[in-house]
Amino acid sequence: MDSDEDERTLLPLSQRPEWSDVTPVPQNDGPNPVVPIAYSEEFAEVMGYFRAVYLADERSLRALHLTTEAIQFNAGNYTVWQFRRLILEALNADLHEELEFVEQLASKNSKNYQLWHHRRWVAEKLGTEAASRELEFTKNIFVNDAKNYHAWSHRQWVLQNLGGWEDELAYCNELLEDDIFNNSAWNQRYFVITRHPGLGGIEATIDSELDYTIKSILIKPENESPWRYLRGLHKNNVQSFVTNPKISTLCLNVLTSKANPVFALSLLLDLISKGFEPNQDLKNAIEVVVPESNSQDSDISVTICTVLEIIDQMRVNYWRWRKKNLHPQVAEGVANLHIH
Amino acid sequence: MGELAAEQHAKYILKVEKKKDDIESVLMEHLRINGVYWGLTTLDMLGKLSAVDQETVISWVMSCQHESGGFGGNEGHDPHVLYTLSAIQILALFNKIEILDIEKVSNYITTLQNEDGSFSGDKWGETDTRFSYVAICSLALLKQLDKINVEKAVKYIISCKNLDGGFGCTPGAESHAGQIFCCIGALAITGCLHYVDKDLLGWWLCERQVKSGGLNGRPEKLPDVCYSWWVLSSLIMIDRVRWIDKEKLVKFILECQDKENGGISDRPDDAVDVFHTYFGVAGLSLLEYPGLKAIDPAYALPVDVINRIFLN
Repeated sequence: MDSDEDERTLLPLSQRPEWSDVTPVPQNDGPNPVVPIAYSEEFAEVMGYFRAVYLADERSLRALHLTTEAIQFNAGNYTVWQFRRLILEALNADLHEELEFVEQLASKNSKNYQLWHHRRWVAEKLGTEAASRELEFTKNIFVNDAKNYHAWSHRQWVLQNLGGWEDELAYCNELLEDDIFNNSAWNQRYFVITRHPGLGGIEATIDSELDYTIKSILIKPENESPWRYLRGLHKNNVQSFVTNPKISTLCLNVLTSKANPVFALSLLLDLISKGFEPNQDLKNAIEVVVPESNSQDSDISVTICTVLEIIDQMRVNYWRWRKKNLHPQVAEGVANLHIH
Repeated sequence: MGELAAEQHAKYILKVEKKKDDIESVLMEHLRINGVYWGLTTLDMLGKLSAVDQETVISWVMSCQHESGGFGGNEGHDPHVLYTLSAIQILALFNKIEILDIEKVSNYITTLQNEDGSFSGDKWGETDTRFSYVAICSLALLKQLDKINVEKAVKYIISCKNLDGGFGCTPGAESHAGQIFCCIGALAITGCLHYVDKDLLGWWLCERQVKSGGLNGRPEKLPDVCYSWWVLSSLIMIDRVRWIDKEKLVKFILECQDKENGGISDRPDDAVDVFHTYFGVAGLSLLEYPGLKAIDPAYALPVDVINRIFLN
């Protein structure tokens, strides 16, 4: 941008010669007189001129520049973005420049629905050639906010519509190395193994994914995400869930360490309710979680519920409900103990 | 335990309604109709809806209607289903839905349903389960739900169910409490909650409660007052609200108040805004905090307003 242009864009619109034929249209906000502060005076002027070109349906280059200014003042105004798209189409504009424009705005507007929707519109028009740039774009957003919901939604759309699956699982590994608690990355793992056209689905990946998950759990047993992921891997394979010794061994390892046992206990509860029979080692490990309590019961799943009621007090009602619904006989027995 | 500064919150809302020249209002100008819905519903829950001039509000709401039948976020803005719902909800508060050309508004919404049952927000095609909820809620309030393909709409929502029992914005997207509210709300309104694994989802939802007593929207995220609505209303709709610690949540919401100037913020000591004020008060209403009108968890309108629409 040369210095003449710089000077021009700093002038109020009413003083710019190329806008002399336009009368701005004020916002109709009711009868209250307004005393605007300096910033909003410039903004109000830009919006006045925007309304004029919008009402006149002027899809010109100067109108495009005007939408740039309006968006820079307020990236949330969806009507401006939409009119900008009409102009871009009418002018048959270079959409690579448009990607550039969005990138400049992205860091300060990374949670703005309009920005992301516009980006998707542009990428869709560019097609598969845009795939790697779009993946790169979302990666850059994740550098500052690895859980940005809009960016993840865009990334999933890109993968499914423009391609680029090859390195996605490896990318999930990277993100989880940075932050093993990143639930979005765990979700993306599942997305990849179930939708990547070349991986073979859960059946083909379940063994390696289980090993990865178990390793992750042992690093941070208080991390909710991998425990849920583990359950998800076995959603359609209860048999494997109940009989795979790696899973019960995992629970035992966590219970005999100094780590928070809540998730290990709840997973065990799920295993037992699906037919798993814990050995004596596991039973011993469960009973010493809260040794001073009188938690022992002949039914180990009742014991687990009692322990969870104590150590996960926030959700005491949930664990009481689990206890009541373990088996019909138990339900009868604890009916009197269940407090609402 | 703290108390709800009801008077101050009502004053705060009324002040925000009148003030349109500060930079915050100017920047939110394009979604003003959402802001008015949040503000007025809060006032109604506080028993102070009569403090607002009904005529002025209604005539301004109608000025937001586009020739297509849909409503924009403010006068002169393009129509979108989000703002259309707010318009209908505001009219419902004043018992004035009948001033609408019901057919015109319904037709606008109906055209937004896609082949796969999902809904776009407007003609530009952004698809999100938020819009499924907004479309279904709008049409239900207008009693025009039969105008869309409900079966396909429900099928699409179910396709967004994840392995943790939650829902995302599109199939495969991460479960998020806001999206869950939208999906559960839509399923509740269409009578399709039997498709939900209530025990699994209920557990995921009650795990949103963190040590401070507040609720987050996804695992390992910070608590935010707005989740007092998204999570709580979802739990109520699937009849699992007993699974959270209600007392601790009430305490958290009350700690997010600015008791001097009014308003509620996302978490303690942050700046207040109308959005979080609404969700804080609505959350307290769902928790049966004394002195507040009951709010319907699916329609996000006071129960007496809903009864007026459906039981008359």
